[in-house]
Amino acid sequence: MKKNLTAWLCLLPALAFLLVFMVYPLVDVFVYSFEEGYNFASQSYFGVGLYNYDYVLHDPYFIQALKNTFIIVIITVPLSTGIALFISLELSNIKALRDFFQTVYFLPYVTNTLAVGLVFMILFKKTPYSDGLVNILIQLFGGKGVDFIDGPYWAKMFVMCFYTIWIVMPFKILILTSALASVNPMYYKAAKVDDTPPFRVFYKITLPMISPMVFYLVITGFIGAFKAYSDEVALFGTDLNAAGMNTIVGYVYDMLYGNSGGYPSYASAAALILFAIVFTITTINLMVSRKTVFYS
Amino acid sequence: MKIVLEHLTKRFPNRNKKIKDEVIAVSDFNFTIPDGKLVGLLGPSGCGKSTALNLICGLEKPTEGKIYFEDLDVTDLEPEKRGVGLVFQNYALYPHLTVRENIRFPLENLRGENKLTREVMEEKVLEAARLVQIDELLDRKPNEMSGGQQQRVAIARALVKMPKVLLLDEPLSNLDARLRLQTREEIKRIQTETGITTVFVTHDQEEAMSISDIIVVMKDGVLQQMGKPQEIYDEPINLFVAKFLGTPQINVFEGYIRDEKAYIGDAVVMDAKGAGDGDVYVAVRPEGFIVDENGPLACNFINREVMGRDTSVIASNEHFLGENIRAIIPSEEEVVPVEGCVRFSLKPHKVRLFDKIIEERIRTES
Amino acid sequence: MDNTQIQTIERESRIKKTVREVLRYLFLAIWGILVLFPFYWMVLTSVKSYSSYNSEYVPKFFTLSPTLQNYIQAFTAVPLARYFFNTLIFTLVTTGLMMIVIIFAAFAFARLDFKGKDIVFSMFLSLMMIPNELVIITNFVTITNLDLRNTYLGLILPSVTSVFYIYLLKENFELIPEELYKAAKVDGTSDMRYLFKVMIPISKPTLVTITILKVIECWNSYVWPRLITDDKNFFLVSNGIQEIRENGFGRENVPAMMAAVVVISLPLVVLFLIFRKKIMEGVARGGTKG
Repeated sequence: MKKNLTAWLCLLPALAFLLVFMVYPLVDVFVYSFEEGYNFASQSYFGVGLYNYDYVLHDPYFIQALKNTFIIVIITVPLSTGIALFISLELSNIKALRDFFQTVYFLPYVTNTLAVGLVFMILFKKTPYSDGLVNILIQLFGGKGVDFIDGPYWAKMFVMCFYTIWIVMPFKILILTSALASVNPMYYKAAKVDDTPPFRVFYKITLPMISPMVFYLVITGFIGAFKAYSDEVALFGTDLNAAGMNTIVGYVYDMLYGNSGGYPSYASAAALILFAIVFTITTINLMVSRKTVFYS
Repeated sequence: MKIVLEHLTKRFPNRNKKIKDEVIAVSDFNFTIPDGKLVGLLGPSGCGKSTALNLICGLEKPTEGKIYFEDLDVTDLEPEKRGVGLVFQNYALYPHLTVRENIRFPLENLRGENKLTREVMEEKVLEAARLVQIDELLDRKPNEMSGGQQQRVAIARALVKMPKVLLLDEPLSNLDARLRLQTREEIKRIQTETGITTVFVTHDQEEAMSISDIIVVMKDGVLQQMGKPQEIYDEPINLFVAKFLGTPQINVFEGYIRDEKAYIGDAVVMDAKGAGDGDVYVAVRPEGFIVDENGPLACNFINREVMGRDTSVIASNEHFLGENIRAIIPSEEEVVPVEGCVRFSLKPHKVRLFDKIIEERIRTES
Repeated sequence: MDNTQIQTIERESRIKKTVREVLRYLFLAIWGILVLFPFYWMVLTSVKSYSSYNSEYVPKFFTLSPTLQNYIQAFTAVPLARYFFNTLIFTLVTTGLMMIVIIFAAFAFARLDFKGKDIVFSMFLSLMMIPNELVIITNFVTITNLDLRNTYLGLILPSVTSVFYIYLLKENFELIPEELYKAAKVDGTSDMRYLFKVMIPISKPTLVTITILKVIECWNSYVWPRLITDDKNFFLVSNGIQEIRENGFGRENVPAMMAAVVVISLPLVVLFLIFRKKIMEGVARGGTKG
């Protein structure tokens, strides 16, 4: 009896916080999403139904955000995972400077994405005073400069993806290098004795051994990319709709707060749509992995 | 301090929740551990010996029955109130504390009127450390010491509060062979020096035999036999005890009794005065064989292993249960198999007969 | 095969190996530059004077006359010190409170027996799958209704529990051998004394890792503070930097902006360089960003 009491007392703070800030909101977000015409000031609504979902799905800003998010996901997840795998493989093949490179590569993880985003913006932006370093480099190689921050959609999307990859790389490289380091060197020795060509070693030994980690990165990569938001703010400012670079999460926050804010019902509907998408994609990922990933 | 166990029983709910039956870890224990003795609780793994130990120290509460320390009923007493010291197989030293801090830890728990001053604690720590001869190592961390040294620290920690009962749970199992021999002598010495009633659990019969004053043999939660080591070895009350004690294991043959004589196949191997006719197991200690060209028991010679001090003769017989017969003979004796056959006669005091159905000892008059 | 043949083969393979090695380092160095360049650029720009920066149509890769003027301006023209102080308070209090909350919760799950433990724990686990984006909406409304906008409390409260860290710590606590607890019980150690004298010291490496990861998370948090504060006096550095970017130093004063960025990034970079091994290990063990 006394033991029970101690245990519950120990759990009390965690339980209280989770109940107020996680469980209750979780229920509430569904409620909001079905309350039509919710007024934030008077906290009243006049109906229950699917109108909020309907509104969101027909909102051009949401469609734009959806499109942007999907492009970011499709480009950055495979590219970042692939490059990270390549870098990790090269890293695991060298001895000198390995620690140094690992440390350098991890640096972006601990930096404030908003702050470094500002530096990226400076590098890519065209201003009256200067075309920006990147444009000058392009011109140096005979290309035509373009404003990556306020210019055409594809240019903005390019910086967006570039920055996203730059940001997610440290985590992926770290996970993959530690996965590679944990492969028993015995296998490589055995392969060497059998004179296995490097490509075969990679496809037949390395890749299957680290496949659970690669897969973990793909799943978390998808989830993370679908929730993209602060990197966009860092590059294009808080008014993402105006820049045409909004994401689903950005849309949710804009609906909640800011110039166009005050609509928690629309925000809830959009958030739940996002959750449904992420859930579906993750489920598909899990199904694919069951067939392809090797678990020892 | 004398420890009395009365109808002590411990049942656990089955791990598999679908099965309603309970697991009986300790079943109706009745015995008394005399004051100041070193008692070995011996049995195969999973026989409930650790549970018995946990019951004595109070980490588990019995389902039924009572435990007395002298005349005091301690059945419902918390472990810290019983005045026991406990030592574990994996030492259970606090890895972040030095040896000194580890030994001092129990003393720091004392509150109220029992609270000790720094100086008294330090003195007691030193005393305990000296007793187990680790006073040189007081400032080391556990991971900087050998297994044997760690186990001594664990013993010192258990002894520092001057417990009336010391309990050791497989104290030697994690040590390598050489350290095991050393540490078990050490335990014996410490026990003799302090005179603390000590119970230790082991699955290793050699270990139990070598240092215990009294051995308690257990199987499946049931007490089999209790007595002095030699007594149990010589006069096992059933086949299990006979087989469990002694290496190499006792050799068991299928046999029968006719007209007060014990047979293996057609061979009369010994007299069995006072025993009725029937099927029996004839169990022969390895040292109970005599190589004898005229001996009654004919076996197929397989091999001979020279150990130096003595020689093992490996042989087979159609009535033998198990792989091969292993007989130990003095190394001076020659073994000359005739056409692949070697003959033995048996030393009667090394042969024990067991009923084939209930596997209990059949007494014979000698 | 005679000796000369073997020698030729050996020489060829040696050359091949060297070429491969050089290419490898070249590639790794290029990625290294790509990672480090933004940092270099931000430091470089921050020490260029406003006039020299704006007169460089083609920006120079170095400067011969570094100035700290921009740093002074970063602290005087905008309330950077205030942002800094807010973030410090937010980070320390949130991390501190969270450590207390998760230590006790993990202790209850790992060490104590109580009715309903399994059910409560699996409910905890299922909460791990809930994305922050889903609950932030109601939390925003809750905090607004409680009149906690633009207060430290409103900033801190929603982030003082982490199911993931409770889980991580519980797993770590459970690695401590059962025997240690039994030994402590026999010696009459109370559960709380066992927690503070044995479990916490033994789990120190994990606790340090969690602390560092939480500090990083707090220092960089942007979304929640943005929603919950519009008074500059309660801005954290991330919001501060966004504010500076949008209405900062009057006309676009890039060097001053960069000075602010350097100041904001510095604490975590220093922390990282000190606890490099711990942070990388911690993240590899299952930390995720944010």
